[in-house]
Amino acid sequence: MDLKSLLLQKKSPIVKKWCDVVLSTYPQQSQKFLRKQKDQFANPVGRTIFEGIESIFDELLHEANADKIALFLDNIIRVRAVQEFSSSQAVGFIFGLKKVIREELEREILKEGVTEELGAFDSRIDALALLCFDIYTQCRQKIFDIRVKEVKTRSERLLQMAGLAYELPEDYEHPGKGGDLKEGQVNNKC
Amino acid sequence: MADIPKSWKVAPPKAWKLTTPEELVKDTDHRRYTLGLEKGWLRTAPDVEIKPGMHCHAALPKRLEDVGMPNPRTWSVMDEDWKLPKNWKEIILEGFKDRLERFRSFKLFMDICVRCGACADKCHYFIGSADPKNMPVLRAELFRSVYRKYFTTAGKVLGPIAGARELNIDVLKEWWYYLYQCTECRRCSVFCPYGIDTAEITLMGRELTNLLGLNIDWIAAPVAFCNRTGNHMGIQPHAYKDMIEFFLDEIETIIGYRIEPTFNRKGAEILFITPSGDVFGDPGTYTAMGYLMLFEALGLDYTWSTYASEGGNFGLFTSNEIMKKLNAKMYAEAKRLGVKWILGGECGHMWRVVNQYMGTMNLDMAEGSKMEEPVSPITGTKFENARSTKMVHITEFTADLIKHGKLKLDPSRNDHLKVTYHDSCNPARAMGLLEEPRYVIKNVCNNFYEMPPNTIREQTFCCGGGSGLNAGEDMELRMRGGMPRANAVKYVHEKYGVNKLACVCAIDRAVLPNTMEYFVPEVDVTGVHELVANALILEGEKERTVDLRGEPLPGMEDSEDV
Repeated sequence: MDLKSLLLQKKSPIVKKWCDVVLSTYPQQSQKFLRKQKDQFANPVGRTIFEGIESIFDELLHEANADKIALFLDNIIRVRAVQEFSSSQAVGFIFGLKKVIREELEREILKEGVTEELGAFDSRIDALALLCFDIYTQCRQKIFDIRVKEVKTRSERLLQMAGLAYELPEDYEHPGKGGDLKEGQVNNKC
Repeated sequence: MADIPKSWKVAPPKAWKLTTPEELVKDTDHRRYTLGLEKGWLRTAPDVEIKPGMHCHAALPKRLEDVGMPNPRTWSVMDEDWKLPKNWKEIILEGFKDRLERFRSFKLFMDICVRCGACADKCHYFIGSADPKNMPVLRAELFRSVYRKYFTTAGKVLGPIAGARELNIDVLKEWWYYLYQCTECRRCSVFCPYGIDTAEITLMGRELTNLLGLNIDWIAAPVAFCNRTGNHMGIQPHAYKDMIEFFLDEIETIIGYRIEPTFNRKGAEILFITPSGDVFGDPGTYTAMGYLMLFEALGLDYTWSTYASEGGNFGLFTSNEIMKKLNAKMYAEAKRLGVKWILGGECGHMWRVVNQYMGTMNLDMAEGSKMEEPVSPITGTKFENARSTKMVHITEFTADLIKHGKLKLDPSRNDHLKVTYHDSCNPARAMGLLEEPRYVIKNVCNNFYEMPPNTIREQTFCCGGGSGLNAGEDMELRMRGGMPRANAVKYVHEKYGVNKLACVCAIDRAVLPNTMEYFVPEVDVTGVHELVANALILEGEKERTVDLRGEPLPGMEDSEDV
């Protein structure tokens, strides 16, 4: 039996254990809620984890389409990027899958001689971690961008009113392309 | 070399070594969350770690001096020494006692909670953070434990066994940290079988910590500005008027003629008051343009005031006394101008103050005025619900106009929008304003979709930035708190293609665009009266080609005017 078949056979316990790895990063007293509340609007964090982890595992087994995986990962990481985690803690759960697979398929791996396949599958998991890292940094960058934008938005109208906002005239062409201010053209907003 | 200030020190990592994945996950520090029965309800304080991104900056001393609040000084939340008065503990306990005697509800809420847990998983901050201390029951327990220790016999005698704990500096810091992780949205209260209003516990907690000068600048600055100039931004009358003039220029380019509203006009029938966020911050500005166009279409006998230039009241987040003081300008100005009633714009906590407190707090200011039970001059409808406060919500007013066919509307101008409605916490839960905004939206838009039932109406999720927490420095907190709302918006976006989130609160309009940008960037935020004005047909207007934001209307993309 090949590794894919073994993983499919044990999909349910593997996914469950991998979810446990993610849940274990949350405070103990909240884990029950994250696990038990099935309503996706009452418990968006928990449901996103359960649905996302299963979908990611499915995708890893089949096409391993990075675009699809990125969508599921994004849902999980986007929240973790603003939660109580260091960067490594936010994305570290990915590596938990390696351990879970070895625990679940310990005997079968030796018996069926699929170590080479497992090595290849591990590489997929490593790639998944890198993807995760990309998403995490994008999320953090977005937070910083939003902070900057917010400061600008809050003061923009007031700066305009005070005549302190600098705006290029509509017909302004970039200097160097023969676009210096022409006669009679004034940047009166600066 | 000068000392590096403590607040700039970064703690080194525990160890520079490569960790295994299992260690990585296990390394998550749960200690600070420990609040379980196994260690007693509240052996928590030493573990509290105040983190950047999760708190607002401390108030500048000038803000407190301006309104005569105690202990003005320069301090930093990240410093170990918060520069408290030596007798801080006495001040807190005396303040606690005083409030227990003055506010029956506070005493009741301290006593009657049975820890049933109905509220536990209802807080948007808990749902978004999974921090157990964001469970409303546990957040309140931080106070109840101290209440038991000093104000109940069982707590005094039995101590921790009765769930009581000493008040010390760590407990105080923990109070403060979690007091500013509650937006006073009152969603938890909807589920409490005893009707405990957790927001009131937060209100009292903030009052107490403010006795020590532990205010945050995002609240204290608007309070100080409002006290001086009448609005949160500290804008003086001429600048306020200039800003409205700026809108009039923009409206003129859209409809082809100039509107001329009045300011501080004595003898007007109606005084219009809205949050200053509508006048100075996008996208609220488009809502303000919407008000102007609506009143023009009606020929309404109304006036703006450059003194009562703020509907919002950050006093609600500071203390009863400050709230009353800042609110007083509404009736005072109504009396000075001789208006019959007040029309209020789209705002959140303003309506909690107006609907629940203003009548009993400041109605004496209106004695001898010409104020009376509000009657719509256009439809003759009596707003009996506003008989005591004399103040009508603009969506009630507009819904009544539409119901009586008094507005010419072309909803197809909003056909490029698929709209959903976010019930702003305070209008929904503090005044029961559920149907009117929906009625208005459905009449000015052809595409309206509701979010799931457990995320709207009384059960609406907070935007995550209410009660003065809409600062830039606590962005992580805001995103955690806004996550449940964003999750529901994402659902209707994916299912129906929703691209516009309507709301009736200036803070929502400031907070939600950023929350959307992070979680559902395809969805934009609008006020209800921006949608109204886009659909509204004014007599004598030129053919409209653009909406209030200058974007082409559906079918007008190729128009020369665009």
